[in-house]
Amino acid sequence: MSVSSDLSNEGASRPQAGGGSPEKLLAPVLSAFWDEPESWTLETYRRHEGYEGLRKALAMTPDDLIAYVKDSGLRGRGGAGFPTGMKWQFIPQGDGKPHYLVVNADESEPGTCKDIPLLFANPHSLIEGMVIACYAIRSEHAFIYLRGEVVPVLRRLHEAVREAYEAGYLGENILGSGMGLDITVHAGAGAYICGEETALLDSLEGRRGQPRLRPPFPAVEGLYACPTVVNNVESIASVPAILNRGKEWFKAMGTEKSPGFTLYSLSGHVAGPGQYEAPLGITLRQLLDMSGGMRPGHRLKFWTPGGSSTPMFTDEHLDVPLDYEGVGAAGSMLGTKALQCFDETTCVVRAVTRWTEFYAHESCGKCTPCREGTYWLVQLLRDIEAGKGVMSDLDKLNDIADNINGKSFCALGDGAASPIFSSLKYFREEYEQHITGKGCPFDPKKSTLWADTEVNA
Amino acid sequence: MTDVSLGMPQLPAPDYPAEVRERLAADAAQVIARYPDSRSALLPLLHLVQSEEGHVTRTGMRFCAETLGLTTAEVTAVATFYTMYRRKPSGEYQVGVCTNTLCAVMGGDAIFDELKEHLGVGNNETTPDGKVTLEHIECNAACDYAPVVMVNWEFFDNQTPESAKAMVDDLLAGRQVVPTRGAPLCTYKETARILAGFPDEREGAVEAGGGAGPASLIGLRIARGESPHTPIVHPRGEARGDADTEGGE
Repeated sequence: MSVSSDLSNEGASRPQAGGGSPEKLLAPVLSAFWDEPESWTLETYRRHEGYEGLRKALAMTPDDLIAYVKDSGLRGRGGAGFPTGMKWQFIPQGDGKPHYLVVNADESEPGTCKDIPLLFANPHSLIEGMVIACYAIRSEHAFIYLRGEVVPVLRRLHEAVREAYEAGYLGENILGSGMGLDITVHAGAGAYICGEETALLDSLEGRRGQPRLRPPFPAVEGLYACPTVVNNVESIASVPAILNRGKEWFKAMGTEKSPGFTLYSLSGHVAGPGQYEAPLGITLRQLLDMSGGMRPGHRLKFWTPGGSSTPMFTDEHLDVPLDYEGVGAAGSMLGTKALQCFDETTCVVRAVTRWTEFYAHESCGKCTPCREGTYWLVQLLRDIEAGKGVMSDLDKLNDIADNINGKSFCALGDGAASPIFSSLKYFREEYEQHITGKGCPFDPKKSTLWADTEVNA
Repeated sequence: MTDVSLGMPQLPAPDYPAEVRERLAADAAQVIARYPDSRSALLPLLHLVQSEEGHVTRTGMRFCAETLGLTTAEVTAVATFYTMYRRKPSGEYQVGVCTNTLCAVMGGDAIFDELKEHLGVGNNETTPDGKVTLEHIECNAACDYAPVVMVNWEFFDNQTPESAKAMVDDLLAGRQVVPTRGAPLCTYKETARILAGFPDEREGAVEAGGGAGPASLIGLRIARGESPHTPIVHPRGEARGDADTEGGE
């Protein structure tokens, strides 16, 4: 189980990570009481200082509250990392129009699995954060757009909202502040594209989920053409702790430009898949070292730092600090911190083909580069994986991806290009092997969860 | 509905029987009241008509159109965009095997292949008794529990071909099936009603399945200096009992 030797057998003598014990490297805040018997209830949440952040927020003026969240340095946890307080500040005030908060709980980016366990185990952190955000932006109606395919989470949200109304955290005159707020839980119906904020708004308006041209931005014309903040679940759920424990406490974690704590989701061929809440800037090596590394006898081959739309990394990148700047400087994006790890049994071409099939399936069809480009990428990749490719296909892949990247309507197109560019950059030889060897050299059986049981038994 | 039909246009869809229409209209009014603009109720209303008939029929779309003051073309455009709306009669249980990259590699492809053979159906096909519809699905946000199978949108974590086959056998035999995380399964129609925004009324449904699953807790346990449950490298599907024991320590 010596993780480091398994991992670094190609990277030679890389220094051991950090030197800190796991207790010091991790920082459970949102996940701090997920192991309580009924962690999702209001009663449990209150025992853990739930809704205390709201009291402190209501004692401020809305403008001071926005400034406070901005000063904390909290950045969006849904992928782009945009400062949350600044998003709130963009909402025009005194414009006479209703304002809306829409929480993006359409977690669908391949590899991403943080918001769903968060909402399942601790839905009140989101609701408290929503009340705070709505007070700041002067909104009286907020929505949770939850992807439809997660009914157990929907149940807990229905219940949490009911509890919050009953306890006076929602409805009229919240905690005597004079502020009123209604929350509507809205279940989607199966469309990855609705995670894109303007597609989400169209979907919430009862239309096909297709992205809108910007400007106007949602802060000016969002839901029903009214000023709207769209925030990720984890971003909003992080706000109550910042209010309750203070922005200095928050800023003491992470790095200067990426302060605070966040959920890292480890998955794939690792010994300890799951959620790890830590200050921003932890490395994959540190996470693997504390959790048992890759599965025994195998080594890391490639991984995504933030879901399939973020360019993949290899074992050369184990020590990249997982914050917005660190991952960006290494040529990828922090994204949703979905650390999908694949070992040496995995065929890169197979992995990229499957992701590309996903993008082609989920392309909304509105813009030509994405709709047509993803279709043709799939055709080429399937041929290569089946041993029917030719060498010129590799340049063609790059060329098509280049014609999607930056030229499509929304980020889905850029996301589709990421695995193509990055896999060709790091694993071009493996593509060539498929072509010269007229087929895939890998045995998919060796990659399965149960592959090593017969051998090791 | 799924075939492109050229030739004579279809006659307008028949309406629901008066009793059904009245009941759905009362439900629809509740749904519409949640939104500042009635059109926002369209997605939930499509879930609602699906809860009536098990799939979205032309009659259901007509109902949505008339209720919201839209054309049936506008409703059809929306209904055909989203994958959760079934456009033909389908099974009581929708079994979806995640075959997005990570789950596929971890065994989802093998599970899907074995289920197709075991059930004798292809993708998006239903067993002759109308019990089980099989499909492959995209990432369902449970990658730390891969490979994942969803049944009526409840989580079955860490599956193997054997555990998945045993589970569909239970469904076919009419035995109560309980997911890894979530409430005992209800039918697809009942699930669709929850999706329309009507809370699950069953006793204990919210509590069922307990708190966070073992993978969700691993970081918390390590942070506390507890040993996380033994790193699992063997099939977690068949060791569900063990995982439960460890989870409760």
